[in-house]
Amino acid sequence: MLDAKIPSGSLDDKWTDYKGHCKLVNPANKRKLEVIVVGTGLAGASAAASLGELGYKVKAFCYQDSPRRAHSIAAQGGINAAKNYQNDGDSVFRLFYDTIKGGDYRAREANVHRLAEVSGNIIDQCVAQGVPFAREYGGLLSNRSFGGTQVQRTFYAAGQTGQQLLIGAYQALERQVALGNVKMYPRHEMLEVVKIDDKARGIIARNLVSGELERHFGHAVLLCTGGYGNVFYLSTNAMGSNVTAAWKAHKNGAAFANPCFTQIHPTCIPVSGDHQSKLTLMSESLRNDGRIWVPKKKNDERKAIDIPEEERDYYLERRYPAFGNLVPRDVASRAAKERCDEGYGVGTSKQAVYLDFADAIVRYGKIEAGKEGNDSLSIEEIIVLGKEVVKEKYGNLFDMYEKITGENPYEFPMRIYPAVHYTMGGLWVDYELQTTVKGLYCLGEANFSDHGANRLGASALMQGLADGYFVIPYTLGNNLAEDIYSKAIETTHPAFAAAEKVASERIEKLMSIKGKQSVESFHKRLGKIIWDKCGMARSEEGLKEAIAAVQALKAEFWSDVRIPGEINEMNPELDKANRVADFIELGELMCVDALNRNESCGGHFREEYQTEDGEALRDDVNYMYVAAWEYKAEHEWTLHKEPLVYDVVKPSQRSYK
Amino acid sequence: MTWKQVFTSSVGKKLVMGFTGIFLILFLVIHVSLNACIWANDGGKMFNAGAHFMGANVVPRILEIGLFAGLILHIIQGLMLELSNRSKRGIAYASDYGNRGSKWYSRSMGILGTLILLFLILHMSDFWFPNRAHQNFVLGEEIDLYAKMKETFSVLWVVIVYVLGCLSLGYHLAHGFQSAFRTLGVHNKRYNQMLTSIGYGFSVIITLAFAMMPLSFYLGWLN
Amino acid sequence: MKFDLNNDKLYRMEHYNMNLTVKVWRQKNSKDKGGFVSYPVNNISSEMSFLEMIDVLNEKLIVEGGEPIAFDHDCREGICGNCSLYINGKPHGPWKANTTCQLHMRAFKDGDTIVVEPWRAGAFPVIKDLMVDRSAFDRIIQAGGYISVNTGNAVDGNSLPINKDLADASFAAAMCIGCGACVAACKNSSAMLFLSAKVSHLALLPQGEPERKSRVMNMVAQMDKEGFGACTNTGACEATCPKEISITNIARLNKEYLFAGLTSDK
Repeated sequence: MLDAKIPSGSLDDKWTDYKGHCKLVNPANKRKLEVIVVGTGLAGASAAASLGELGYKVKAFCYQDSPRRAHSIAAQGGINAAKNYQNDGDSVFRLFYDTIKGGDYRAREANVHRLAEVSGNIIDQCVAQGVPFAREYGGLLSNRSFGGTQVQRTFYAAGQTGQQLLIGAYQALERQVALGNVKMYPRHEMLEVVKIDDKARGIIARNLVSGELERHFGHAVLLCTGGYGNVFYLSTNAMGSNVTAAWKAHKNGAAFANPCFTQIHPTCIPVSGDHQSKLTLMSESLRNDGRIWVPKKKNDERKAIDIPEEERDYYLERRYPAFGNLVPRDVASRAAKERCDEGYGVGTSKQAVYLDFADAIVRYGKIEAGKEGNDSLSIEEIIVLGKEVVKEKYGNLFDMYEKITGENPYEFPMRIYPAVHYTMGGLWVDYELQTTVKGLYCLGEANFSDHGANRLGASALMQGLADGYFVIPYTLGNNLAEDIYSKAIETTHPAFAAAEKVASERIEKLMSIKGKQSVESFHKRLGKIIWDKCGMARSEEGLKEAIAAVQALKAEFWSDVRIPGEINEMNPELDKANRVADFIELGELMCVDALNRNESCGGHFREEYQTEDGEALRDDVNYMYVAAWEYKAEHEWTLHKEPLVYDVVKPSQRSYK
Repeated sequence: MTWKQVFTSSVGKKLVMGFTGIFLILFLVIHVSLNACIWANDGGKMFNAGAHFMGANVVPRILEIGLFAGLILHIIQGLMLELSNRSKRGIAYASDYGNRGSKWYSRSMGILGTLILLFLILHMSDFWFPNRAHQNFVLGEEIDLYAKMKETFSVLWVVIVYVLGCLSLGYHLAHGFQSAFRTLGVHNKRYNQMLTSIGYGFSVIITLAFAMMPLSFYLGWLN
Repeated sequence: MKFDLNNDKLYRMEHYNMNLTVKVWRQKNSKDKGGFVSYPVNNISSEMSFLEMIDVLNEKLIVEGGEPIAFDHDCREGICGNCSLYINGKPHGPWKANTTCQLHMRAFKDGDTIVVEPWRAGAFPVIKDLMVDRSAFDRIIQAGGYISVNTGNAVDGNSLPINKDLADASFAAAMCIGCGACVAACKNSSAMLFLSAKVSHLALLPQGEPERKSRVMNMVAQMDKEGFGACTNTGACEATCPKEISITNIARLNKEYLFAGLTSDK
């Protein structure tokens, strides 16, 4: 079932050879080919714009009121590219290697190498679009460093890199809308894939304003619908982020790969109470200057500033001297959890660690004083200067922290705790980003392909844009070349009617339950199960319990959920119910996958499989494969394994010590 | 882009307001300087000479046509903009943003302008119509404007109306001065700060100077 | 400047609970006339965000058999621009440089009545309750808010050095999140701050030069077509903008417009 279609030849040449030999569609024929793009974040907007530029007839869908609101916008830190502008030894190979290693050797070599190859083009493209990247005084692009790497290859626009990149892609997309090449359908949610002769040929979408179901034909369907982190209820994802489109594809034959690979980001603002609706990330870039610590004494009730230096445990620096506070995300998150579980946590909930900028403030203050040639400053004066520098670098993040917590991070160390942030798993795709359903493609976070078991910072933006701008225009053409004789199919075709019926029956069923519990309350309970049992640490026993609990929750949901309002009107509760119903099913599969993978790797940490000092213990002999799950029936999946072959990189125990 | 398109868009209309506004500001400078001659305390000699020049010389008379054109354009365009802008909200808010985001006079340019217009009608019927009528020798000899002022400003309610008119003008300028330059595209921070300060200064000076004129006569500060 | 920690009106460090009355605009759909409904909301923690307070109210409404209040929101971290709400007479509520989703309940005190309205502008028709249709903004961008460069056309990113100050100024304008608070705050319902932020973002960069004139002309024409009012420089937009986009951008737009108008060939 799984044919990854990885081109032959040496790793360096695969993508070049592919581009040199793939089939093309001539401009006249492109005009006759219709492409549906679902989701308009970085991957979707860039794909829709690029395909529109090529001349395809594109229809793009998003559930938000405008493509500019997709959650790619919230990415803060930056985007990696192997430009080596800093002359610090970066190269395509090194970016490739770092990404493979960072992913704990569970990603496909050929895909990752291609990603590294096109990374430079992304920066060029974005600069040309007018993305205002940070610059040095000489007018050239600035870089900073990020977790899991030893070079400075991250391009950024203050703490709003995702926003700027998305607006770049959004503008490119709106330009195509203006030119008539793309038709935009905002406030629409895809509810079904339409398959004709085993090929994806369209979708059923709900118009979220009128509540009507609409049929849309496409010669190909691209899902660019982002990750499923909201299965945890509390995550850094947007409130509306959902798995529905991907899940519907899965239930229609697309294999779902590595669903248990979820990333817990180490630096988020801790939960403050039961009312909490979402979590907010503090960019990884803060770990460049912030030092993470907990008190050496358990249950230390003193204020952070009252704890003397020698009574603080800078546990990341202690455990990982080579990378220190800049270890990859999975490692940093687990270390924080380990300390809190041991009783060293801080704050009222004891589920937090300190991220402290005091040293950085003094260091920068001294540098500023040195620039002025003034060595007679008091420590207070140095701190004032240092705060200015820190403000310049991280001002917006500090402001955000202050708004949410009411605490001033310039004076007191931030309290942070890991939170769900990204999902490496997703629909299985081959080298051409095609799922196991012909004509159905998956791009960006929604697919599984490039980050293995853990994603490095600043590479989600890179992957989304790589897929949309530089990969899909070639690979889609290669497949659509054989479709130039296929006329557009009328949406009166029985397959459309059948798919619409499935969607409408489900909606009617949901509305007819008229139970007592709100959708939100089910979502919260689901999140708690998954976070407790399939979060930062997993165990066989816990996962088995979780599977049973999720199955029970599903039954309860379908018998007692309460959805007010009507079908044929705007009904946000109904939309939410549709999404949560899918999250529940996905939650079960995540646990099934986690239970199957008897090893620890990247974001997947099985308590049974760890080294003596608590590091993840991989099992390359038995689990060096992609677990692609085929949906069979309710609670029933078939596992297909795509073996991972490392021709170039030699997998080793990942060490950041 | 035709000239018509350039000046009929929302920004174009504002440009018209800005250009005519600055032109009218220049007129105010001339008007106030000339009128300040009353304080020469020479029984109106210098003032009347100035007034005679403005009325009799061909150059100011031609400029006057421009002035009227600018004034009428400013008024009509302003009223139309105000009406159009007011229609854009649809349903009004139940609670008002008030002065938290902007100055009351910045939001009241239309009302202030209308007040000034009403004042202008009174003011012109007091001085300009009779004066121009006589200067054209339609109605005989040129009138003694200084004496006319003295007579007009001996009535209390007229003085009060004039002072209120000047106040409206002052607030209109407090926003209008700097706004006109912004509309014409001055976006440099330094200049904007400078122009805002000059604008406030200018509005205060103009208001005070004009308001002092009726007061000077009424309170008998002039010989 | 953004935060005054000494201002205890904004920051009460101690946590407290409060009972409130929320007076909300309810409107079934775009054709419905709509009106205000008052709801009591009890036991609200000062730690909650404003939208979490509405979540609590909605949960209560659902359980009691009512219809929850519809409002736009998504990222809940102040960047997507989806949340709106005109709270007690100010877009995005009382805090400066803030979005509704980042407004926290410590901005209110026990016993307060909070009036919540949708953005009001003819160009932003209400869809339901507090949701409005802001697609006019997308159409303004379609009129020219981009640089026409197809994928693959680009030269090396460092082949064009850009003065850091210009790049920073461009970024400051590009920070606009397209929420529409400027329109909601403006007495003329003008979209000039939104428009000028995009024009400035692109006009300040050398990449934007080739389309400089057509961009400003077409975008202004589209704004007029959408039914937004004209700018009268009152500054209300700048004062309410969550990203503190400067009104200076409007002056820059005016300059761009004048320049384009005066040098047009047609």
